[in-house]
Parts: sequence; C-alpha cells; structure tokens
Amino acid sequence: MADTIHTSIEDERKFTLNFGPQHPAAHGVLRMIMDLDGEVVTRIDSHIGLLHRGTEKLLEYKTYLQGMPYFDRLDYCSPMNQEHAWCLAIEKLLGVEVPRRASLIRVMYSEIGRIMSHLLNIGTGVMDVGALTPITWCFEEREKLCVFYERASGSRMHAAYFRPGGVHQDLPQALIDDIASWCEFFPTAMDRVESLVTENRIFKQRNVDIGVVDIKTIMEWGFSGVMVRGSGLTWDLRRSQPYECYDELDFKIPVGKNGDNYDRYVCRMEEMKESTKIIQQCIELLAKEGPGPVLPRDSKLSPPRRGEMKNSMEALIHHFKLYTEGFHVPEGECYAAVEAPKGEFGVYLVSDGTNKPYRAKIRAPGYPHLQAMDHLSKGHMLADVSAILGTLDIVFGEIDR
Amino acid sequence: MSIEALKDLAAHIEATHSDSVRASQIVVGELTLLAERDHIISLLRFLRDDQQCNFETLIDICGVDYPERSDRFEVVYHLLSMRMNHRIRVRIRTDEETPVPSATVLWPAANWFEREAFDMYGIQFSDHPDLRRILTDYGFEGYPLRKDFPLTGNYEVRYDDLEKRVVYEPVKLTQEYRNFDFLSPWEGMTSQIPGDEKAVSEEASE
Repeated sequence: MADTIHTSIEDERKFTLNFGPQHPAAHGVLRMIMDLDGEVVTRIDSHIGLLHRGTEKLLEYKTYLQGMPYFDRLDYCSPMNQEHAWCLAIEKLLGVEVPRRASLIRVMYSEIGRIMSHLLNIGTGVMDVGALTPITWCFEEREKLCVFYERASGSRMHAAYFRPGGVHQDLPQALIDDIASWCEFFPTAMDRVESLVTENRIFKQRNVDIGVVDIKTIMEWGFSGVMVRGSGLTWDLRRSQPYECYDELDFKIPVGKNGDNYDRYVCRMEEMKESTKIIQQCIELLAKEGPGPVLPRDSKLSPPRRGEMKNSMEALIHHFKLYTEGFHVPEGECYAAVEAPKGEFGVYLVSDGTNKPYRAKIRAPGYPHLQAMDHLSKGHMLADVSAILGTLDIVFGEIDR
Repeated sequence: MSIEALKDLAAHIEATHSDSVRASQIVVGELTLLAERDHIISLLRFLRDDQQCNFETLIDICGVDYPERSDRFEVVYHLLSMRMNHRIRVRIRTDEETPVPSATVLWPAANWFEREAFDMYGIQFSDHPDLRRILTDYGFEGYPLRKDFPLTGNYEVRYDDLEKRVVYEPVKLTQEYRNFDFLSPWEGMTSQIPGDEKAVSEEASE
C-alpha cells in the first residue's frame, strides 16, 4: 500500500489508496484503487489481468488432450475440479460414456479438491482477520490431501489426472484405504479449528453483518456457489443439474441465513463435512463395484495397454496417433459446468470437427464475484475490505486466465 | 431439463419475439437462440422477466471470431434460471465496427464480461459505462483472441539491467512456432477424386 493523495485541500478526509498488486491480503495479484472517505470505502476500481497467461488462446492451438493441464493452472487450489469441467465438455460433444469406476474416482477427487480449496480459504480468511493458528492446522490437513493427489497422479498440485472419458490410471487399493482412514480423522481436526474460530468473539465482530449478499445482488451480479448458498438459496449444481454419479449420493447442502461473511464461513465448514461423507460413499461404492476399466475400452480416446503395444502394430499406431494428432471432436458447441469449490465453473466449447478446439471460453466463478467487490464493499471500513475479499474466495489463476 | 420442455420454451420465446429471434436449435440438450443484434436488449429483458423463462442470472458473455464471415464476430450470452433450473444460450453476430447494445442495463455483471470481449476481440458495446481493457497489459495493442493475432504475441518484455526498468521489444523466436497440420488428406478424401468433375462435364456435353 502506498500513494496516498489528497484530492483537494478543502476535503482532507478523501483519499485514493492503491491496494496491491503485491499485498498478502489480496490473495494473489490484485490491484485495487480505492477511494476512501476517512476510513470508509466509497469506490473500488479493481485492476485484474496481472496473471493473464492467455489460456484460451493457447487452448485453440493445442489438441484437446494437450489443453487439459492448463485447467490445473486456473484455480490452483482445487485443480481437478477444473479438469472435470473440461472433460465433461469434451464428453458431451463426443457423446462418450464414462466407466463407472472412473466416475466414482472423479467424484472422489472432486470432493478432495473441494476440501483443499475450502481449507485454504478458511485458513487464509481467518488469518486476514487476525487469527494465526487455524491456518497451520488447515494446511496440515491440506498437505495430506496433496499427498493423495500425488499418489494418484504423480503431482501434488498440477495433477493432469482426469482424461476425456475417464481418468488416467486406476487407484491402488492402499491409497483408497488411506483416504478412508483420513476421512475418519478429518472431522475431528475440523472440530478443533471450529472450537477456535466459530464462536470466537473477535472473529464474529469482524465478520457478522459484513459483506451482506441479498437475493437481488446474487441475480444481478451472477453469483454462484457459496456466495449463493450463504444467503439461503439452495442452489448447488451437484443437486440441481447432477453430473457424474452425484444423483446417487447422499449429501446435504448447507445454506446460510444472512448472507454475510460469517455465514459463508460456516457454509464452507459444513460443506467440507458433507464432502467427507461423499468421499466415504465413493469408497464404499468402489469396494462394492470391484475392479473395472477407468477409460472406455476399444475407444479412440484411451491409449492401448503397454502389453498390447509390444505385440500389435495397430496398437502402436493408435498410441502414436493419439498422442500426436489426438482425437477429433464432432462439430458443434456445448457448455458444461461443474460445481467447483468457488462456484459454477463452466467451459463453453466450440468445435469445428478438428483435433483442436475452435474456441474454448472458461467461465470462472471468481470473475463475477470479484466484479461485485465495489458493490459489496461500498460503505464498509477499509479493514473490512480484506475480510470481504477473503470470503469471496477468489483465485487469480482462474480470474485472469 | 427434458428436450420436450426445451422445445416448449423455444416455441414460447419464438411466438412472443418472432422479430428478434432468427432461429432456435436444440443440440446436445442445450437450447440456442440465434438473435438479431439490434433487438438483443429487448430479447434479454424478456428472457429475464418472463415468468416462463425467468433467466435471472447472467452466466457469461463471450466473443467468438469467424474471420471468413462478413459479420466476423459472434457474441454469445449464457443465461441460467435458478428458479426454473434451465439454461439458454443466445448468439448474435456483429462486425468490427458495429456496436452491440450493452447488457449492463439489465445485469451489472455484464460489465466485466463485455470489457473482456472488447479486450480480446475488439467488439464494441454501445452504452457501456466503462469500456476499458481488462485482462491485457496496460498499453496493450491488438486483440489477442482474434484468429489473425499470433499466438506468441508481438512484444516481449524483459528487465533491462542498464536502464533499470522493464523494456518492451518485438518478439524474437529462436525457433519458428510449429503449428502442425494434422488434418490427414486421406481422412478428408471423398469418393470423388480431384479431376473427376471434368469427366462428368465431358460426358454431359456429349
């Protein structure tokens, strides 16, 4: 923070304050130009795009398979949820069926991603208002989830694990068992965090009735995810427009009452517990279904097995063609959305029938949320800005793309 | 959302807004309206306020570039109704000069989406309160998502130790960007081999 300018000599209470682009409470590279009247915010002009990498342009020059890892780098707090939207869009145009086992693994890892994202958000959000302990406890759990990512995909963050048609590799049973035992323990760890934060007087003073989102704001500003549920609307794509096997799973949708920062915090806390239940149900179903394929068999989407390639010329050709040319997606357009931890993450895909997308538009949930920053913060104190920014749950990877 | 319900919805919209909707289609379970640029605001307002449509949430606005068309750009609106639990897509066409009426009068959320479409494609929006660039660098030139914009861009930046600042220079590539053409002539080939049409026309002339 620097550059305080007195706009006029008569009115010395008016400030223009430059917040960011390098500020720990900005959760990334956000530059906000704030007009203040004393300590009260009168206007916020957000400058974004400092992390713009041209993902959509790059996707137009890569095959569908090569484009997939870019999605990890959008919302890097929950990488696999983004991959999921990309795969769903491709599958919708191709009309392929995902094998049962792959579908369960995808749901399981999407929920792990949701917990990862919420842990990070709660940890840092609470730190923004002054509590220093919960972030260490949250990151301890998050670290274990990163290890689950690594054991499935080989990478802690940028997994590139999902594939159009399924997932890359099957999970070893030892990993599934470890996830199951983590699920047993995790609610206790969250209870410890809650005992510090939820009823904490300072935390409540900083968050109750701050950044209140009403129904009108939700509709006008295109909100989704926790920003909607915190205000009492039961809107969750997993329930209302179910994809994968969410319609078979039993989970609750936590909703808030007042739509303030505090309610959104509680919603995220409860959502993590529901996600744990979903993971446990997936593990049960995986055990019940037994082993099976994780990619469609005899399809142009999945590579041949190593063993086949040693003996079959066709398999070798297929492998080469899949990883150089890729597969062709029929001409058309579609929009596929998932309930990402931050809200509705959608991909609008236009295909011209070749092996590369003609246009891929990424609809990031944080984009409209951050846009409403001016609307939400107006009339609040300067110190509330970082608290509101925290509960919007923005990540610049997905906003700037 | 069943296909029948989408068909009913499409019929309802086309019946009431026949002048602004050119056509409607349902592909992969998604309803798309092809609309007239000049009537877009009245159509979107109807979609938002009508009881049967009730598309209260603006999900996305984006541009698509088709350089070979005379109206080279498409502006695509995605709308969602949380109450009715359905979605719709509205597409309009425009060119580089003709502005599209801004949807900010209906949804303030349209502001940044339209700024992005302007930034990426140079699509103009009339009556937009603040049509600035949004994602690209300060002082950026050109429209990066247009099909004729190079993937590598035109300028690269580096920190100059002598001048003690970041300097902009034209892009120098040590190796040409390799954009492989994977469209195999064998797959694209039809039963008619080039030259066949001569034989047909000769036969016809006889």
